[in-house]
Amino acid sequence: MIDLERIRADFPGLAQEVHGKPLVFLDNAASAQKPRAVIDAVAHHYAHDYANVHRGVHQLAERATDAYEGAREKVRAFLNAPARHEIVFVRGTTEAINLVAASWGRHSLRAGDEVVITEMEHHANIVPWQLMAEQIGFQIKVAPILDDGSLDMEALAALLSERTRLVAVTHMSNVLGTVNPIREIVDMAHAHGALCLVDGAQSVSHLPVDVQDLGCDFYAFSGHKLFGPTGIGVLWAREELLEAMPPYQGGGEMIREVSFERSTWAELPYKFEAGTPHIVGAIGLGAAIDYVNGIGLAAIEAYEAELLAYATEVLNSVPGVRIIGTAPHKGSVLSFVMDCAHPHDIGTLLDAEGVAVRAGHHCAMPLMERLGLPATARASFAFYNTREEADALVAALHKVREIFA
Amino acid sequence: MDPRALYQEVIVEHGRRPRNFGKLEGANHIARGHNPLCGDKMTLYLKVNDQGIVEDARFEGEGCAISMASASLMTEAVKGKSAEEAELMFENFHDLVMNTHEAKRPIELGKIKILAGVKAYPSRVKCATLAWHTLHNALEGGGEVSTE
Repeated sequence: MIDLERIRADFPGLAQEVHGKPLVFLDNAASAQKPRAVIDAVAHHYAHDYANVHRGVHQLAERATDAYEGAREKVRAFLNAPARHEIVFVRGTTEAINLVAASWGRHSLRAGDEVVITEMEHHANIVPWQLMAEQIGFQIKVAPILDDGSLDMEALAALLSERTRLVAVTHMSNVLGTVNPIREIVDMAHAHGALCLVDGAQSVSHLPVDVQDLGCDFYAFSGHKLFGPTGIGVLWAREELLEAMPPYQGGGEMIREVSFERSTWAELPYKFEAGTPHIVGAIGLGAAIDYVNGIGLAAIEAYEAELLAYATEVLNSVPGVRIIGTAPHKGSVLSFVMDCAHPHDIGTLLDAEGVAVRAGHHCAMPLMERLGLPATARASFAFYNTREEADALVAALHKVREIFA
Repeated sequence: MDPRALYQEVIVEHGRRPRNFGKLEGANHIARGHNPLCGDKMTLYLKVNDQGIVEDARFEGEGCAISMASASLMTEAVKGKSAEEAELMFENFHDLVMNTHEAKRPIELGKIKILAGVKAYPSRVKCATLAWHTLHNALEGGGEVSTE
């Protein structure tokens, strides 16, 4: 069960007015608000336990290292990853995928190989592969979507061959809300000897993730969409892959021994964490995971499914609104267009009513091209959002119609 | 902040039914404008005669009400003006929506001033200026302009 009143009181950012109206924050797919527990964990660490990690002989360095490595263990448990050293801290999903492309990709891919992505990918799961393809000469194949926003599984199956080395796919679309059948996709990839990378940027805050259950080879997510700080994210990969991958960046922390002739690399995961990491970011992410676990992702998933169903129904009641993305299995994202108003005008007018949504291409320009739309408006819900807020969105859309329809 | 100060009837109406919309045959100054952040796109066509007078101006494109209305009002306003006068209007318009001190220039914006409300919406100023940057580019010789 979700105790909305208690949960909303945990998020100081929610309790404010904008333009004289109560804030209705429906831009969670872009970034989520932070609970007091995260804000306090970050402030407490800076105030009491702050020092650099892994190299001090003093008390504060030990406390900082314990807290940082403790956060890594929280992430491991959150993903049910087999080992803590498979958790690499990065800046976010974008850096995680760039790391895999630059390290695994450069090391393992050859001209003639194929990387399969999908039409619903965020730019972060397109461009890193393009950058590497330009250097190596492998091919990128794109699995199409169906008109309802589901992945076309038959077309995906037809794209896979012995040339496929990787299937890189989003767990949940940031535009359509579609939740992809990862287990099935992983099995298809593995049957062709390919690996599977999952972009979990949107999914981790909405549904339980178990990387062993999914069977995937790489999983990437960002802290800030999971109610944690910005600038911290996670790459999980299977140990044998990380062992075989060359370092992504060079510097301090990632070495065992350095001489001007040659250097050797530190053990996992430090091989991939050059330089002083975002220590307090990781600690804040650990606090966010504790907070989310306190509610429970199964409860969150159930509550949001109900909220999404309600919001979909009331949004459909507004004349001239068309929802983009109606796949049977969806997370709580509602992209829409209106026949009378452009998404940017909708965004500005909703803001005047206190309702925060995103308008634009959502860093998914190829998907927009496929949909034949320059932009959409997008309302994205978290577990702290309410039915009343869905009603407020609808009331604000009626104001849009008063001006434009 | 009342959004009706921005979305005045004239703007909504011009956004819905932009004037001078479509390709201009015989144009001798053409430029494309693009706001990658919004996806707004437009192509501006000008026919400038030997005396440097803008004889005709038309545009094509897609975008929000603000960008379409701004292009519509601009094409109406620059017709019959000299290229120099159009450039002065661009500078005046820029001052108007950027909320900077309006420099004294020997040209009036007239009806276009209705877009002044956009200055209260920093994220939307680029929507209003796209057409004008494209005009500036067209007069300078054409090509692509981006307002990101």
